[in-house]
Amino acid sequence: MFGYMIKRLIQMVVVLWAVSVLVFVMMSFTGDPTFMMVPLDATDEQIAQARRILGLDESHLVQYWRFLSNMAQGDFGRSFVFRQPALTLILERLPATLEIVFLAMALALLVAIPLGVYAGANPGKPASRAVMAGSLVGISLPGFWLGMVLIFIVAVKLQWLPSSGRGPTTEWFGLRVSFTSWEGFRHLILPAITLSIGTLAILMRIIRAEMVEVMKQDYIKFARAKGATAKGILFKHGLKNALIPLVTVFGLMLGDLIAFATLTETIFAWPGIGKLLVDSIYRGDRPVIVVYLMFVALMFVVVNFVVDVAYALIDPRIKIK
Amino acid sequence: MASSRPVISATLRPSRLRRFFASEFFHNYKRNLSAVLGSLIVFLFLAMVTAGPFIVSQNPYDVAQLDLMAAFKPPVWLEGGSSEFWLGTDGQGRDVLASIVYGSRISLVIGLVAMGGACLLGTTLGLIAGFYGGRLDAFIMRIADIQLSFPSVLTALFLMSAFGTGLDKVLIALISVGWVVYARTVRGSTLRETQKEYVQAARVSGLPNRRIILRHVLPNVLTPLIVVATIQVGTFVLIEASLSFLGVGVPVTQPSLGLLIKNGFDVLFSGLWWVSIFPGLFIMLLVFGINLLGDFLRDELNPRLK
Repeated sequence: MFGYMIKRLIQMVVVLWAVSVLVFVMMSFTGDPTFMMVPLDATDEQIAQARRILGLDESHLVQYWRFLSNMAQGDFGRSFVFRQPALTLILERLPATLEIVFLAMALALLVAIPLGVYAGANPGKPASRAVMAGSLVGISLPGFWLGMVLIFIVAVKLQWLPSSGRGPTTEWFGLRVSFTSWEGFRHLILPAITLSIGTLAILMRIIRAEMVEVMKQDYIKFARAKGATAKGILFKHGLKNALIPLVTVFGLMLGDLIAFATLTETIFAWPGIGKLLVDSIYRGDRPVIVVYLMFVALMFVVVNFVVDVAYALIDPRIKIK
Repeated sequence: MASSRPVISATLRPSRLRRFFASEFFHNYKRNLSAVLGSLIVFLFLAMVTAGPFIVSQNPYDVAQLDLMAAFKPPVWLEGGSSEFWLGTDGQGRDVLASIVYGSRISLVIGLVAMGGACLLGTTLGLIAGFYGGRLDAFIMRIADIQLSFPSVLTALFLMSAFGTGLDKVLIALISVGWVVYARTVRGSTLRETQKEYVQAARVSGLPNRRIILRHVLPNVLTPLIVVATIQVGTFVLIEASLSFLGVGVPVTQPSLGLLIKNGFDVLFSGLWWVSIFPGLFIMLLVFGINLLGDFLRDELNPRLK
């Protein structure tokens, strides 16, 4: 186990390094950021000076080395637009994103588990077919469009919930969050529902497929023969084993939610890292894009590592090579 | 059931089409409501994007045909709607239905072309990785692993932010995120196939590797790709819509369904819902049809996954 963890840690570092190379190469493609910094009527001399300050007059290899060593020291550069360290910008906005991501995840699990288990345990029933058709619709619709429909119906027409912004925030263990006040929570509802739909639909299908598999196993037949109640079989024998693979999709789920948060946050003007990324892309604010990508890569790599280790601990059938 | 099928005699082989209609595949298809529905939706979309521009009254991107007096008309069944514009008009007097017909065309072409490109690239890399193995294999598969640890939308968004907008760039971005799934599938089946006797025999008889790969291995690894490719068209349509919605996809002169939604979003708060809601509804319908078809194909062609 220990050796396995060391090997995975080395893999993590290699992945992050590869991402840093890719990010650096792609960013060198995006044109010259010098013109973001200098006034429109700058002289050639001023432009050359700006290039020197940005370090763009040196070779790509030197630039990459500086990029890497700065990052290793925790210096990710400053935003061209905000004139602040890019990392600070990301960290400031992170709680807002995590708030809708976790609420969306909770919502998805809460709805998908019962429906998926039902559809998997009773295949062929009309209600199960309806659940499956519903999940296919959920996969097929663009999430951001659903957000717009919700805004139009719930916020514009019915005026039940606010259509955009984060609302009041309060301090909670040092983080600024909205869910602690009713007004703040009202702002959370629509973005979280919008974000959860895609994940919910996929999760439902995974749980159903898993449940169908599990219910075919010998231990289920044995439990039936033993005379266990239908409820006991479903929850004690079926559900418990069907949920193990959920641990492995956790990383994928989190990744998807973070990715789609860029769209959801844009629609609802939610001040999280996703909206920051989209705004930075519009403004050509390179340092912020780079930090966002490196940060998200780190997050995914760590989550996948934890998931793999947790999976091996939960399921004794899995042997680590 | 089996007795009702036509008996095929060796002397009188029916045509390919006949054989297809008599096949088990077609038999199952006929009896599967969702498969028929899915293919009907896809067929209608294909008909719409090929014949549509000749049917709708207006080319929404020909400025001469636009009438500002007809701007912001609601759909025909609402008060103030006109029978000339079934689904209403946008701020420039563009017919929403005509925009959708032209937009579906762009969305669907992007989805299909990018799928073809990703399939070609991924299959090639998968064949090479699986057949030759070694370092090349390890290299290709590590790239695939790294890429899979990022959600496609995010990778595509990042690539578009580096490339800038444009139809060709959207295609490159989609192909770059889409090849992985083919490479992995093909590599796996290639590894299995190369163990088999017919490949050994081809090797022993001294055929060049290229020929073994293309004539012997390739035809035997293609079936699982049909399912992947079908579903990927839908995925690509959705990713492209997301990119265009964020303003980093297709240019405004070639609006896809996603860009139509974006344009409509700006006027949603004034209550002009039809400009953005209908394009989204069409995306949903198209992807839903593709997924229905994909589900059926998966059950038929990869019965192990059932």
